[in-house]
Amino acid sequence: MKIRIKINGTWREDDVEPRLLLVHYLREVAGLTGTHIGCESSLCGACTVLVNGDAIKSCTLLAVQAGGAEITTIEGLARDGKLHPLQQGFWEEHGLQCGFCTPGMILACHQLLARNPHPSREEIRHAIEGNLCRCTGYQHIIKAVEWAAEHPSE
Amino acid sequence: MVTKLLGERIKRKEDPRLIQGGAHYVDDLKLDGMLYMSFARSPYGHARIISVNTEAARNASGVVAVLTGEDVRGQLGFVPCQAEMEGLKIPNHPCLALERVRYVGEPVAAVVATDRYLAADATAQIEAGYEMLPAVTQMEQALEPGSPLVHESLGDNLAFVEKLEGGDWKSVDADPSLKVIKQRMINQRLGPLAMETRGVIASYSPGEDSLTVWSSTQIPHLLKTQLSIMCKVDESRCRVITPEVGGAFGSKLNVYGEEGVACYASKWLGKPVKWIESRRENLAGTIHGRDQIDDVEIYFRPGGRVVGLKCHILADMGAYHQLLTPGIPTLTSLMILGCYDIKNVFVETKGVFTNKMATDAYRGAGRPEATYIIERVMDLVAHELGLDPVDVRLKNFPAPGKEIALATGVNYDSANYQKTLKKVLKLSGYSKLRKEQQRLRKRGKLLGIGLSTYVEICAMGPSSRMPSGGWESGTVRVEPTGKVTVLTGASPHGQGEETSFAQIVAEELGVSYDDVTVFHGDTAQVPMGVGTFGSRTTAVGGAAVYHAARRIKKKMARIAAHKLGVKPGDLVFAEGMIRSKDGAKSARFTDIVDEAYYARRLPSGMEPGLSEMYVFEPPNFTYPFGAHVAVTEIDEQTGEIRLRNYFAVDDCGRILNPLLVDGQVHGGLAQGIGQALWEEVVYDENGQLLTGTLMDYALPKADQFPWFETANTETRTAVNPLGVKGVGEAGTIGSTPAVVNSVLDALSSFGVRHIDMPLKPEKIWRLMRQGMMPEAAHHDS
Repeated sequence: MKIRIKINGTWREDDVEPRLLLVHYLREVAGLTGTHIGCESSLCGACTVLVNGDAIKSCTLLAVQAGGAEITTIEGLARDGKLHPLQQGFWEEHGLQCGFCTPGMILACHQLLARNPHPSREEIRHAIEGNLCRCTGYQHIIKAVEWAAEHPSE
Repeated sequence: MVTKLLGERIKRKEDPRLIQGGAHYVDDLKLDGMLYMSFARSPYGHARIISVNTEAARNASGVVAVLTGEDVRGQLGFVPCQAEMEGLKIPNHPCLALERVRYVGEPVAAVVATDRYLAADATAQIEAGYEMLPAVTQMEQALEPGSPLVHESLGDNLAFVEKLEGGDWKSVDADPSLKVIKQRMINQRLGPLAMETRGVIASYSPGEDSLTVWSSTQIPHLLKTQLSIMCKVDESRCRVITPEVGGAFGSKLNVYGEEGVACYASKWLGKPVKWIESRRENLAGTIHGRDQIDDVEIYFRPGGRVVGLKCHILADMGAYHQLLTPGIPTLTSLMILGCYDIKNVFVETKGVFTNKMATDAYRGAGRPEATYIIERVMDLVAHELGLDPVDVRLKNFPAPGKEIALATGVNYDSANYQKTLKKVLKLSGYSKLRKEQQRLRKRGKLLGIGLSTYVEICAMGPSSRMPSGGWESGTVRVEPTGKVTVLTGASPHGQGEETSFAQIVAEELGVSYDDVTVFHGDTAQVPMGVGTFGSRTTAVGGAAVYHAARRIKKKMARIAAHKLGVKPGDLVFAEGMIRSKDGAKSARFTDIVDEAYYARRLPSGMEPGLSEMYVFEPPNFTYPFGAHVAVTEIDEQTGEIRLRNYFAVDDCGRILNPLLVDGQVHGGLAQGIGQALWEEVVYDENGQLLTGTLMDYALPKADQFPWFETANTETRTAVNPLGVKGVGEAGTIGSTPAVVNSVLDALSSFGVRHIDMPLKPEKIWRLMRQGMMPEAAHHDS
């Protein structure tokens, strides 16, 4: 099936199998391997990307279902060589260790800050409960989000 | 004047690639002509394989090859076990099952296809016929005569018996004044669950007869050796590359059958073969952790002094041994006395085969079990005598010291257990908490305060005590441009040693931290190595890197002294300069690098170039310690537990980067708390895995934790020149008993003495419902 998708600001057209998952489309067809696969069942959140601004788990969405959508992956967050405040926050506050959950985690937090620019710690915990991290115990992730909230991009 | 880097909070060098999607994990790599592999696995815990019909799969679209156990019999070696122990039984462990399957998820056949979807399609078409056999999943049942046998050829299900005895038990037995408590504790089976599952790409080049393997592993060098033996390729022509690794926690400290099959398939087909584990496969077929039944007897004086501890350990091996399976529970017996001066000890450990996935090293690996036993013991004694758990611990601590000999035969290095305890009592406001608890109790509210004062064995370790070498290599090479390349044989995977090792080398050589790059995980680049596990990376690998940097410095000082006409000992390396102490003479660091490579005016007899390797052999393990306090609230109506506060004071020796230490502690706490409250791998009586997805296995989430309040004391060790002890497992080891002690403290008025983990609300609710019984009814002794 032919699909047309805007990824990180650029439209592209591809002919894909109807059963191709969005995450495999992003990784294998578009070559954007920053989006990871951790459970193939929407439970871990490693594959989270923004679809029309919403944080969506791309392992349980078909590529064809995302036809016409605008998608942002981790590769599309930094602008003109400048890290997004969330990326900077994760770096400043040691919000990652192995880094595998990080792209999905950052994009889930992106949705949070878009809806709630100054979340409480409880609100941050609630917003990322669908994104699993086995390394950090989550505390430095919360500090990373707080850092980003205090340093919005100009 | 010297650039101060050690001890500073420095952001990680690793992060820019990881936060921008620029890192490469195994599944991110694609090779020309690469094929994809998928496995058909046993749906049964124990069965005879009648037939494996692969015809439909072979004819399926895109399929290049199908392999069964019979196809590779005699050509692909067994999965290795490197544990050594007197009388240890090591059953043959084929990469693909032969004749029988012995646990759910055991690989039975492999399909290789041109595409991962087509490989999965064809795998579903493999028709394996099985005759179900009775499974054995409970260790005590497995040891009974007449039990189903996991391996008939072994005669029984007993893998080994190990005994450890110390002290003078005759005097204990002869003392009628001693009190005795007996308690059974179950340390449940856990899943390591790194967020990145396992994965491998094997690429065999027929022309060169060479094998290159990309694997998500903690031990690239050990893996290279083992794969070369299993796949019969000369080790000199084998190379293992560890790309970015998405967490491991011990689960990738192993050699797995799938890695062997991928190499075999690539060798056979002459093409690269990739296999990426699914999460379901990860829960069923990657090693599990813990799984012990511990029967403890405690002998103590009425004043609270513990004089003896006996423990009978049953340790579940699962169906086969993986790399270190039988060695894990031996760490439990070694550390069973914790940080207490208990003069008499007896531990008997039995390793038992069952129809379950193999256990092996999961964060802490044998030490969390030991700490859980001894820290529960301290609370049991306090509960029995009506004493504060703090007082019982203080009565049993040894005096602070540099070397403490234990009845287990272990010698702890620098220790000051009183100091960490004192600090955590202050940090948590312990006495205020006790008052609050009293107030709440009067209103019928349940607040628990739990303590754990742990010691762990780290920096694995002296080679004499390790199954396959405990040294580590470090190489420092100053490039002709003056940039510094560091190679470490330890292969970190999230811990941040690209940062901390750069701190060590930059400070030693007086160069910019930005000019130092640390590489690891490629056996063609790093000459030799052991790996990252057992909280050893900085204490052993970092020490090797430090010594290598010292060798470079010594050589550069000789060159500079020769050039400047001063003594080498008079030179100071700082801010990219090499200066005499009085400041009169100096040379740029890069000028001396030029001298080393141009080699026109070197001191007589000196070899040109600047590359030094050092292999550090640690003289002892290190023994980090700490004190934790957990505060829990229990809902009297539902039994639900809320972890309200968590305080941790850890002493991991000298701290090189507090940011990294905090990160390690937090992550460890989450895993240890996860064991106490939520996590458990469950099999039914047929060996069916009931926790095969993340819907069923309770991996902790962000909203389940309180804010961790952490602090440190720094008691340096003399075991390595950096004074560091290791911190990777501390949080996991310390936190589990603190949380369980806290919950039992909250329930003390119900007369409950012990509950087995995980402490699910339904267990608590049932106990509270029965709990109005007199306390004595719960006592075994």
